[in-house]
Amino acid sequence: MKYVHEYRNKELSQKLINKIHHSAKGKYTFMEVCGGHTMAIQKFGIPSLLPPKIKLLSGPGCPVCVTEKSYIDTAIAYARLSNTIIATFGDLMRIPGSTSSLELEKARGSDVTIVLSALEALKIAQNKPDKKIIFLAIGFETTAPGSAVAVVQASKARVKNFFILSAHKLMPPAMKAIVDEGVKIDGYICPGHVSTITGSAIYDDIARKYSLPCVISGFEPLDLLQTILALVHQVNEKHSTVEIQYARAVQPNGNPKAKAIMKQIFCETDSEWRGMGNIPKSKLVLSEKYQQYDAEKMIPVDVEPTISDKGCICGEILKGLKTPLDCKLFGSGCTPENPEGACMVSGEGACQAYYRYQSQTEIT
Amino acid sequence: MCLSIPVRIESIEGSEAVVSINGAAYKAGIHLIDNPQVGDYVLLHAGFAIQKISDHEARETLELIKQMKSPF
Repeated sequence: MKYVHEYRNKELSQKLINKIHHSAKGKYTFMEVCGGHTMAIQKFGIPSLLPPKIKLLSGPGCPVCVTEKSYIDTAIAYARLSNTIIATFGDLMRIPGSTSSLELEKARGSDVTIVLSALEALKIAQNKPDKKIIFLAIGFETTAPGSAVAVVQASKARVKNFFILSAHKLMPPAMKAIVDEGVKIDGYICPGHVSTITGSAIYDDIARKYSLPCVISGFEPLDLLQTILALVHQVNEKHSTVEIQYARAVQPNGNPKAKAIMKQIFCETDSEWRGMGNIPKSKLVLSEKYQQYDAEKMIPVDVEPTISDKGCICGEILKGLKTPLDCKLFGSGCTPENPEGACMVSGEGACQAYYRYQSQTEIT
Repeated sequence: MCLSIPVRIESIEGSEAVVSINGAAYKAGIHLIDNPQVGDYVLLHAGFAIQKISDHEARETLELIKQMKSPF
């Protein structure tokens, strides 16, 4: 795949590492708010390459991890209805709801099927007109345009049995909530692929009002090291602006086509985030014009009361207040095979990243 | 689910492109990008191409890093 090898060049990496060590004067805490970054940082052992005075924190950037438990409970309730097919990304299958999971419901006979895209869910709807297909629409600004395309296509083809259950979330409100909560950070490693869609302006407020340097980063070792160096420079120079390190994939104005279709289909509303509480205007739901595709508006269902997590500290990990190693369940009561919380289930979750790659990391 | 990977467009059929992932052919929606062409590298995310990858920008970044003076 293009540029994978080039951006893993050892000689150039060493050059950047030297530069970071030379430039780091004080203490720095930077937060990455993308599950892909969390995984890459742990996979490539980035923390062990940095001076101890630079600390990296994982934020609320794994879409599966931040999806509230009540959403899983609602999806399970829909799965239990007859005549309904749940179409979901595979990551959601094992996320624990209050008393069950989609995987368990499938084993018990519910029709739950894994899809790779919203369009695949729409195709199922077109092939099975006697069933109601509910697509579990989760993810940030990167995934929401795909759900929007599927709704537009359903509308054009007059498909009546396709619905989405939206948990699409927006990244900037969560980034602001983290700082409002009092988490001390010196800069954000901004999500690369969210920014591919949105462009860089969505972080202007964070850089200006919160005085936090923001650098949009790619996912290879050179990308992350260059991003960390840029953040160190900004802190040293006491300024805070938005920079695009990942320029090969991120344009300042993002993807106008994707932004337009999102604006056409969705409107913003307040939303619960797992472990983080309610964040204003942080979720996308279908606008009034497209409500016939909104599962919650069109298909009534009884959802069991949500039972809160016990012992799991995913919420504090998502807010950057604790690391997975601070959790007493980590690695014993909670493993990828038997996960207690969403951060261990998801391939992009902080707990799973630490669990898979902890031998390469040195957490301080 | 939230990971995006760079893939090459092998062929185009209407609003879908055939891309190759580890040797396996896969259909991707190209509704979100302008003027997709066979041979373009695009970022694939949850079944959709979300952006073309800029060859020029990638090389320029690498060149800047190469030119960086190391303090050691």
